[in-house]
Amino acid sequence: MTQLPLRAQLASALGRSAATLSRMTGRGDGSVIGGRVGLMLEPDLLRKLALDRRLALVSATNGKTTTTRLITSALLELGEVATNAFGANMPAGHVSALSQHKDAPYGVLEVDEKYLPEVLDTTGASVVCLMNLSRDQMDRAAEIWLLAQKWRRALSGKPTHVIANCDDPLVTWGASTAAKVTWVAGGQRWKEDSWCCPECGGPLDRKDADWACRECTFHRPEPQWALDGEAAVDPRGQRWVLDIQLPGLANRSNAVMALAVAEAFGLPVERALPRLREVKSVAGRYTTVERDGRQARLLLAKNPAGWLEAFDVADPQLPIILSVNAQGPDGRDTSWLWDVDYRILRGRPVFVTGERRLDLALRLDVADVPFAICGSFSEALAMQPPGRVDVIANYTAFQQIRSEFGRAV
Amino acid sequence: MPSDSALRIVWIYPDLLSTYGDQGNVLVLEQRAQRRGIETETVHVRSADPVPESGDIYLIGGGEDRPQILATQRLRRDGGLHRAIAGGAAMLAVCAGYQIMGSTFGGEEGQPVDGIGLLDIASSRGPARAVGELVAEVDSALGLPTLTGFENHMGVTRLGPGVKPLSRTVVGVGNGDGFEGCYAGHVVGTYLHGPALARNPALADLLLAWRVGDLAPLDDTRYEQLRQERLAAVLPR
Repeated sequence: MTQLPLRAQLASALGRSAATLSRMTGRGDGSVIGGRVGLMLEPDLLRKLALDRRLALVSATNGKTTTTRLITSALLELGEVATNAFGANMPAGHVSALSQHKDAPYGVLEVDEKYLPEVLDTTGASVVCLMNLSRDQMDRAAEIWLLAQKWRRALSGKPTHVIANCDDPLVTWGASTAAKVTWVAGGQRWKEDSWCCPECGGPLDRKDADWACRECTFHRPEPQWALDGEAAVDPRGQRWVLDIQLPGLANRSNAVMALAVAEAFGLPVERALPRLREVKSVAGRYTTVERDGRQARLLLAKNPAGWLEAFDVADPQLPIILSVNAQGPDGRDTSWLWDVDYRILRGRPVFVTGERRLDLALRLDVADVPFAICGSFSEALAMQPPGRVDVIANYTAFQQIRSEFGRAV
Repeated sequence: MPSDSALRIVWIYPDLLSTYGDQGNVLVLEQRAQRRGIETETVHVRSADPVPESGDIYLIGGGEDRPQILATQRLRRDGGLHRAIAGGAAMLAVCAGYQIMGSTFGGEEGQPVDGIGLLDIASSRGPARAVGELVAEVDSALGLPTLTGFENHMGVTRLGPGVKPLSRTVVGVGNGDGFEGCYAGHVVGTYLHGPALARNPALADLLLAWRVGDLAPLDDTRYEQLRQERLAAVLPR
């Protein structure tokens, strides 16, 4: 590591102090305020902190935090890694992450989809990992064709090595201007945002995993890596049974992306994979909380594609508690509930809570899914027989449950 | 199976225009018809497919700028929707779908793009995005309760003499001139998501009644609870 200029050192140190203060006073984990203080004192701080490190940026609609965690876990094989583990995925969070590990030769940064062009320009990251794009919090997030267009412009003419999911047509389009792309067949369960060609608007024809535009030449590139059931297939055709602790198809897909990123850093699968298997829970996702003999497993789902993934993980034999809010971070428009197909829950005991439980109640009523409405999560949990129950909650609803049960794990 | 007696609901271009839970309008119409014993048949028309002319109620939703322009080109080339509306079919057009029905709307850079001219309206890109809950009082000629929903658009829509305002805004922006939405014949245009028919079941019933006549009342407790909560959350006390 080269020495930071004095001003940047000071900015970075003051930012860390602000972060510590924020944590000590219980205001948060400090990753945003610390970075903001640093950037205020030295606007060029992120670029300076990124110099002489090998960075991977991770972006997608879903799975950013988990994949960032998996890649970080793998790269720890190589040395110290700076990362924004708590999902503070805008430049202030990146400054904070790099300040806290100022000597780390590696960095893995989760990046908000909108900020990817800016963060790539500023940090000059050598690797970018792109997993999926789907409708998400439309009242505040950018529209996804527009996002993919911005990714194309940002990647064009840079030496960046992109690792991208070629099963998502919009991601493929967004990544395909990069000089070097490693394509991963990571799967795509939610297809409602990719029936049309991002290049020309024509219909996409799909056959099994393959897709191609009927009207222009845009088509699925040949993948080097693939998720095949429970295993990853590497570019040499070797199968690696993943056997990770994180549940569900989406996480197996995230794991294959992480293995491909690790290899781009020179880390072979045999060293990376055991590290991925150590990850049990990520910022409270998939963790189990317990009260009075009820064990509730917490699944986070922020948008229709995320709910589909959560349904894949939820146990059909168990009752399920659903909690939905519509605060700023959730998106204040609850219309997206109507894009989720809740009929899969028919036959399970379903409990509905959260600040927007009446929206969810009507949605379930129209889907002919019987349910009980509960005033709070605690009330919903108390209505369960002793034993296991699954919980799906959107962002602030999830955080409310976590803070009620302690933020451990 | 198609049946002569079934109510035909046609959802136009879900592959291009359905990003705001617009499927909900289809589901609510189906539910409210079926609970009254009216058989329904729903057709999802992808943008590469022809729009059938024999539908009873047509639905078109919201979406991004580029898909909006693509949908407009395809609808104009196809012509099926024009023939269906000329034949007396009902339609609910939402947000981007609402703008498409006019003579013009604003494209991704604000440039004017020709619409398909089914409603006498003209839209353009406004100065700021209108995002938030909307409440509006419906034209008394329609006999509907207060409209509630969520708007998220940059459009400003001027109404010509060939349409009537659907409602007068109490909270929110709507068309940008104190009114929200419009109607002409059996065609209703609105900026409202929520989805519009989930928040306003009486509007769903209006569309149904235009095609099947008088409707038996339903137990609307779930709808009513949500409406009251939303109205209370945004109306000044």
